[in-house]
Amino acid sequence: MASKEVAIVNRQGLHARPATRFVEIANRFGSRVTVVKDDTRVNGKSVMEMMLLDAEQGTTLRIETEGKDAEECLAALVEVVSRFDENATRKR
Amino acid sequence: MEIRKGIAVSPGLAIAVAIVLDSEQFRIPRRNIEPREVQAELARFQGAIERAVSEVRGLRQRVATDVGEKLGAIFDVQDALLTDPHVSQEIRDLIEREHYAPEYAVSTVLRSYAKKFLSLPNRYMSERVADVYDVEKRLLRNLIGAKRESLGSLTEPAIIIGHDLTPSQTASLDRSKILAFATDSGGRTSHTAIVARAMGIPAVVGLKNITSEVSGGDIVIVDGNRGLVIINPDEASVSRFREADQRFRRMEIELGDLRELPAVTLDGHEVKLWGNIEFPHDIETCLARGASGIGLYRTEFLYLDRDRDPTEEDHFQAYAEAIDLLKGRPIVIRTCDLGADKFTHLSGDYDERNPFLGCRSIRFSLQHIALFKTQLRAILRASALGPTRAMFPLVTNLKELRQAKMLLNDVREDLEEEGVLFDPDMKVGIMVEVPSAAIMARHFAKECDFFSVGTNDLTQYTLAVDRSNERVASMYTPGHPAVLRLIRTVAEAAGESGLDLAVCGEMAGDPIYVPVLLGLGVQVFSVSPATLLEIKKMIRSISMDQAREVCDRVFQFDSDREVDAYLGEIARRLLPEMFA
Repeated sequence: MASKEVAIVNRQGLHARPATRFVEIANRFGSRVTVVKDDTRVNGKSVMEMMLLDAEQGTTLRIETEGKDAEECLAALVEVVSRFDENATRKR
Repeated sequence: MEIRKGIAVSPGLAIAVAIVLDSEQFRIPRRNIEPREVQAELARFQGAIERAVSEVRGLRQRVATDVGEKLGAIFDVQDALLTDPHVSQEIRDLIEREHYAPEYAVSTVLRSYAKKFLSLPNRYMSERVADVYDVEKRLLRNLIGAKRESLGSLTEPAIIIGHDLTPSQTASLDRSKILAFATDSGGRTSHTAIVARAMGIPAVVGLKNITSEVSGGDIVIVDGNRGLVIINPDEASVSRFREADQRFRRMEIELGDLRELPAVTLDGHEVKLWGNIEFPHDIETCLARGASGIGLYRTEFLYLDRDRDPTEEDHFQAYAEAIDLLKGRPIVIRTCDLGADKFTHLSGDYDERNPFLGCRSIRFSLQHIALFKTQLRAILRASALGPTRAMFPLVTNLKELRQAKMLLNDVREDLEEEGVLFDPDMKVGIMVEVPSAAIMARHFAKECDFFSVGTNDLTQYTLAVDRSNERVASMYTPGHPAVLRLIRTVAEAAGESGLDLAVCGEMAGDPIYVPVLLGLGVQVFSVSPATLLEIKKMIRSISMDQAREVCDRVFQFDSDREVDAYLGEIARRLLPEMFA
């Protein structure tokens, strides 16, 4: 298992579009993805659950990945979270 | 017993057992399935997901192309929700372990998520609940739409209660067993209304919550003349129903005798009585009820109920079919009147704060020139097949008329170059349905061949009343002196320039207004098929002298109440049996 803590940097938090993007990346990997906020653990491949985490700006999340491609998956997800700022979204 | 009032869209009366269709966000029955059905139901659920996903992706693509990538991306969330492995597993579990029917399972799971969204403190996130509801609706629609056989095999006569019927639902109906429709939403132009009129059965729409107020198996009376639905009627209501039903049938038979007679006043003044249609096949009903032409062909239905724009061929085929059915009788084709309450995938993507004052009708056409020219080409080509006129809706200023005519000329030149046949003298007119056009009618008269007064919009815009808003609906009446004065202005302008004057709004189909419209010099009454015979009877019951007298009197009143009371009185005097 691999895990890492990340901070939500964008103003609106982990809102619908970033959550969608996160889940889209997570589903490219075979590993199980769990996202932890305080005591809540949710399936990182479910956009519904990710949105319901309601992670606002400044929240710290822990991403846990488990499986053959755990390391790769974790790196990709950390990367996508760090790019969640509105400007980056706009450029895309 | 409970009585509900809605909008009467197709006349007649019916009493029968109700069948309530599950649809949209309404009541989903707690239905369980048999263990042996589990596999089939899981497959049905999977099929619904796949169709829903492909719908959402199609929408995304179109919006991204038409409006921009950013708006298109909004659908990514719904796509992700539909393909959410966690959510679909929960739904499958309910089907597999608890033997829930897929509709019930989808609704249970998505509703519980919706509740969680609503309880989030963050307003932005709690508003995402709209996406969850939308996904629920889309899945339910796909599940229910796929289950057509259930309505195809009714064993006894029934009344269908639904949110609004979808084309796939009506296509699957066993028409011989269905006596009436009653729906939550919809207006005169909703799919349900159109199908009911085509089938010749009563329908009441816009009842808001009828799907939750009626349970399957309740006895229901649908009164398509007065727009009423009576749930579990008492004995007195049932016997009143029987009497009214008999009276209605007698009246229909009596009116049927009028079919072949001309629409001529007592003193021999002949007017044209034409029909309003949505589909070419409505022409059969119009002709059967004695129409001598079509005064309003609402072409926007070519744009609705499909996921792409109609091609020139789609337009042309429809017009050719109509012209063929008319066998030399004239037809007025109105260019598309999209926007406000009628949307295509194009117009529906704009969120307007005030759609009735927004980009609708001719405004929409002039902003989508390619789409507009496609239709104009088809109308011109059709004009070679039989007497055809083109009509532009919602014209507000002369510039719009000039632009539309210029585009028509462009298309004419193209056709000429290509050697395609068309009628070079095709008449072009406008709908007068905005006060500015009525006031300026004298100027418009110099630049077009005919006027057709659209009294529904003219009344709404003159009185600033939305008649679907029950809190102000009582203020809505074309009998308001201001509306009548505008129509008189239009009539005078038409008279001076020798233009044909038609009225194609609902006012023309209400018998009490026949005398005043005749008195104003209206030459064409274009009405819905259901009212053709009543209007003919009224026309044949009055002389032009009487009509002019009524008209003079009406313009002395200063309130709509006096006008309507007086006209009602006149109508009762002329035709006591009709207003009994």
